[in-house]
Amino acid sequence: MIRDITLGQYYQTDSVIHKLDPRVKLVATICFIISLFVVKSWVGYVAAAVFLAFMIRLSNVPFKYMVKGMRAIVFILLLTVVFNLFLTPGEPLVSVWKLTITREGLQLAVMMAVRLSFLIVGSSVMTLTTTPNSLTDGMEKLMKPLGLFKVPVHEVAMMMSIALRFIPILLEETDKIMKAQIARGADFESGNLIKKAKAMVPLLVPLFISAFRRANDLAMAMEARCYRGGENRTKMKPLKYAGRDRVAYGVLLAYFALCIVIRIYL
Amino acid sequence: MGIIKTEKLVFEYIRRDEEGNVEGITRAVDEVDLDVQQGDFVAILGHNGSGKSTLAKHINAILYPTEGTVWVDGMDTQDEKELWNIRQEAGMVFQNPDNQIIGQVVEEDVGFGPENMGVPTEEIWERVEESLKAVGMYKYRKFSPNKLSGGQKQRVSIAGVIAMHPKCIILDEPTAMLDPNGRKEVVRAVRALNDVEGITVLLITHYMEEIIHADKVFVMDQGRIAMQGTPREIFSQVERLKELRLDVPQVTLLAHELKKSGLELPDGILTVQELTQALSGKYSK
Repeated sequence: MIRDITLGQYYQTDSVIHKLDPRVKLVATICFIISLFVVKSWVGYVAAAVFLAFMIRLSNVPFKYMVKGMRAIVFILLLTVVFNLFLTPGEPLVSVWKLTITREGLQLAVMMAVRLSFLIVGSSVMTLTTTPNSLTDGMEKLMKPLGLFKVPVHEVAMMMSIALRFIPILLEETDKIMKAQIARGADFESGNLIKKAKAMVPLLVPLFISAFRRANDLAMAMEARCYRGGENRTKMKPLKYAGRDRVAYGVLLAYFALCIVIRIYL
Repeated sequence: MGIIKTEKLVFEYIRRDEEGNVEGITRAVDEVDLDVQQGDFVAILGHNGSGKSTLAKHINAILYPTEGTVWVDGMDTQDEKELWNIRQEAGMVFQNPDNQIIGQVVEEDVGFGPENMGVPTEEIWERVEESLKAVGMYKYRKFSPNKLSGGQKQRVSIAGVIAMHPKCIILDEPTAMLDPNGRKEVVRAVRALNDVEGITVLLITHYMEEIIHADKVFVMDQGRIAMQGTPREIFSQVERLKELRLDVPQVTLLAHELKKSGLELPDGILTVQELTQALSGKYSK
């Protein structure tokens, strides 16, 4: 049951987007998110929608699969819509009891909903087409200049990839501890939320202990294999821009310029 | 001087109570002299807490001696300048396969050591390929380590060490967490390395079956070397091994019991074939 949680949910298939350098995808995702906040008119949203649809088409990931990932955030989406709908002052449209829906509120709510869902679908295009590993590689390379300001970029990237490697191991371990405790009469199922949360405490203690032990072992194993931080380290799979990455940057630039033009003139 | 040499090696753990006061000192390793020649297959035996793992960690410069000296290929492990050379020449494989695999894909994990050493990219790929082939895991190179069995994971760990081109490999109870099949896989891979590649192997274990093929065996007890010799010499002393709380392989035990009850058999029988040969030689006349 607990193993159903997937992080980053990479979708394995063959497409242009899958083959792009992770740096391009990271930059593109950030640009796309910014562009959503740059545009203010409906024309702008149409442009964003067209761009997004084009990317989804190129990525070969079935749209249904993408929407499935949206389910988790439907609640947040609804909350935003409801708050915007009822709490924006302006020209009243409908009034029920103490709640008033205003014209501005309606506009803002729809806009927020569109923005949020585009944002989530947009970033999931990245996580669906990039393995967590190449994602951390891309981040490390992109943030390298921060190293000048003493930001431990390599260390952070290494921690992220180790964390990703250990997620399934720790989940398996949680499952094991849970079963061992259920076998001895622990109850994780019944009761209200607080009771359930309390039942988790005896689960966390052994899990933490074992995680620390693993961390200690892993650190020793890494040192034994000559790990000494990012200095003088070579890469087995170095990131190199190919022709298609340059084309992708071109497309991205064109889209971003279009968004700015729309913002100014429309 | 051999590839690994220790002289009067002593290591002490200091036990402290909750306030940090010294409660007592435990001698985990006590005046151990070891000399391993290049190309040897050496096994170190001992029950839990006999100090064998502590000894192993000295050879990779993870622990430093309290007294005495350890040399790896002529380099003193306490010499900080040589630290990374020592760790490259004396590779180490640990007990729990899950806690020593760093990469999320088999080939990436094997490449981790060479990456750390600053080996150029093309050469890393060559090394990864040859080391995965050496342990028979090449066709799994694109797999996630989580999808492998214990024995396979441990073979990947061994490949990760070989990719660093070490002169010797120290295996610290590599089979303790594996099922019998996984144990056989790992031992076979280790023997192949020793036979084919000529890498010195130091195998630490408490499974007797794994040391039959060793060139030399050291038995440790309470931090000291209690016995040493060839496997045959060691196994001929069944009573002494029992005193040291070690299990003798079943065949050896059977041969020992038969001999005790009056049958004339040679000392230190190690395999089923040897025993059948000895017995059939007796009764076929």
